[in-house]
Amino acid sequence: MTPAKITINNNEINLHVSSSGSWFHDSTGAIYKQLKQFVIPPETQSVTWDFSQIDDLDTSGIMIIIEFMRRFDASRVTFTYTGMKPEHQRMFLFYRKNFIDSQSHTLKKDSFFYSIGQNFVQMLQGFLAFNTFIGINAYQLWLAIRSPSLFRFKATVKHLDTSGLQALPIVGLTSFLVGLVIAYQSAEQLKQFGASIFIVEMVSISVFRELAPMISAIVVAGRSASAYTAEIGIMKITEEIDAMKTMGFEPHRFLVLPRIIALMIAMPLIIFFADMLGIFGGMLIAKGQLGLTFSEFISRLHAEVPIKHILIGLIKAPFFGLVIASIGCFRGFQVTGSTDSIGRYTTISVVNASFWVIAINALISVILTEMGI
Amino acid sequence: MQTNTNKTLSRKSIIKLEDIITQFGENRVHDGISFSINKGEIFGLLGGSGSGKSTLLRQMILLQEPTSGLISVLGHNINSLSPSQVEALQLQWGVLFQFGALFSSLSVLENISVTLKEYTQLPLEVINDIAHAKIKMVGLPPHAAWLYPAELSGGMKKRVGLARALAMDPKLLFLDEPTSGLDPASARAFDRLIIELKYMLNLTVVMVTHDLESIEYALDRFIILHDKKILIEGTMDDVHQLQHPALDTFFKTNKH
Repeated sequence: MTPAKITINNNEINLHVSSSGSWFHDSTGAIYKQLKQFVIPPETQSVTWDFSQIDDLDTSGIMIIIEFMRRFDASRVTFTYTGMKPEHQRMFLFYRKNFIDSQSHTLKKDSFFYSIGQNFVQMLQGFLAFNTFIGINAYQLWLAIRSPSLFRFKATVKHLDTSGLQALPIVGLTSFLVGLVIAYQSAEQLKQFGASIFIVEMVSISVFRELAPMISAIVVAGRSASAYTAEIGIMKITEEIDAMKTMGFEPHRFLVLPRIIALMIAMPLIIFFADMLGIFGGMLIAKGQLGLTFSEFISRLHAEVPIKHILIGLIKAPFFGLVIASIGCFRGFQVTGSTDSIGRYTTISVVNASFWVIAINALISVILTEMGI
Repeated sequence: MQTNTNKTLSRKSIIKLEDIITQFGENRVHDGISFSINKGEIFGLLGGSGSGKSTLLRQMILLQEPTSGLISVLGHNINSLSPSQVEALQLQWGVLFQFGALFSSLSVLENISVTLKEYTQLPLEVINDIAHAKIKMVGLPPHAAWLYPAELSGGMKKRVGLARALAMDPKLLFLDEPTSGLDPASARAFDRLIIELKYMLNLTVVMVTHDLESIEYALDRFIILHDKKILIEGTMDDVHQLQHPALDTFFKTNKH
């Protein structure tokens, strides 16, 4: 294939353009640049463009010809062309009919302040929508309390299994490692002060009060918030939720309440499990690094660490469950139309859930400390 | 049939299938299928559900492989191509999938210009010009350029899919059930569009369809697959001459 070529001869008032070769996209880019640099001499009155040597022509070639015809038009130069092959002419006229000037037809970019305002309004709308969502669920819960037969026990048990029981291995392992690391890092320091025995309080209080609840909640947020968003989001795209509505199955009662209730029940149990494994991790290090036997560790735990620390950790649990499940489900209902938005909302849901778990934990910590507990 | 065969020989064939056998496990879908498609025609692959017409289309565009048999497209034997030849060949055809298969994260304009941006060194202005012209060419309003697939109706998605398939100026266009899911008026408009584009852009069109009106209105020639083999290759006139119970059920049940 010979590449596209163009030569322009200037005879005072008449420009003669001759072109040859294959006007295909692999070589027309160069032609475009060449023509763009070309300045139409001011004395020019007419242009003749000879196409007879062009072997092949594709859309990119036609677009370049059209662009420059328009330029000649704009500078009031009469334009004539000769020698175009019939099949090229057919395509050329067809594309000329369908030409849209893409430079004048661009998408308006929003101004900076407009985007700020728009984001603010969207945040506000999101907040209101979340309130509505919580309201609907509270109402459905009220209905279910008044007539318990409305409550979906089976679904709840299923979610207890998938979001609770099946989360135990990974939550347990994470918590075990965290207990291990905390003990390992403190053992050296405590040994220097000759206060090795305090490893028990050190590990148990931090694991019971803060670490086990937080770790469990973040792992569950990653596991279940994303799953809830994706499940409900896909049901929304495939119109399953609309189908449910037409059959009188209120989606909040069937999909959301079982998930929220299941996670509120599961979270304390998960956290208790995480407590045990975290402590076990600490015990191993205490034995290995400081020579503290398991029975010494446990009796010290009994004697010195009040039960309130475990309870404080467990009290937070249902709130975590509530936050994770409601955010997961809420974002699922926000999914619209495309498969693209499932990915987007799943990400948002995990980020939101993790953030709110941390924020609520901080809030509860401050409140309890201020109350002197 | 005799005249038809002569005509086939005299014209340049652009796709040729020889003795295709396709088997999924125990289930044989094609048992020795041979036919060829000529340059410049609108060719139909017809048949009942499960007759393997979509499989045949997918084999021609390298998405599936037959168990045995020869397929040559645009003069290349597609069973023995190097990866670079595959890429070069893929740029010479366009495919419209049944539901458009648009990239949902890209706008209509980006969907159409994605191959141009990837495979050509054209300046962005020219690419945008091309994409806008393709949008208008398939009968979409100019502002559709900024929409995302989720915001389009089924018919619009097919038109965008068609514009995307034609972005690189292929000479060969594959359509998978182009009129399914469209209302009758839109389906006929789509047929007209395909005929117009075929004429304007010198295309060869291969389509899978079971829309009877589209078969009568748009197709130049077709094959009907039945019971693993080709029941008939030809035109509507050939169909009228042949008596076969399967033909009756195919054309009657489709009428409804």
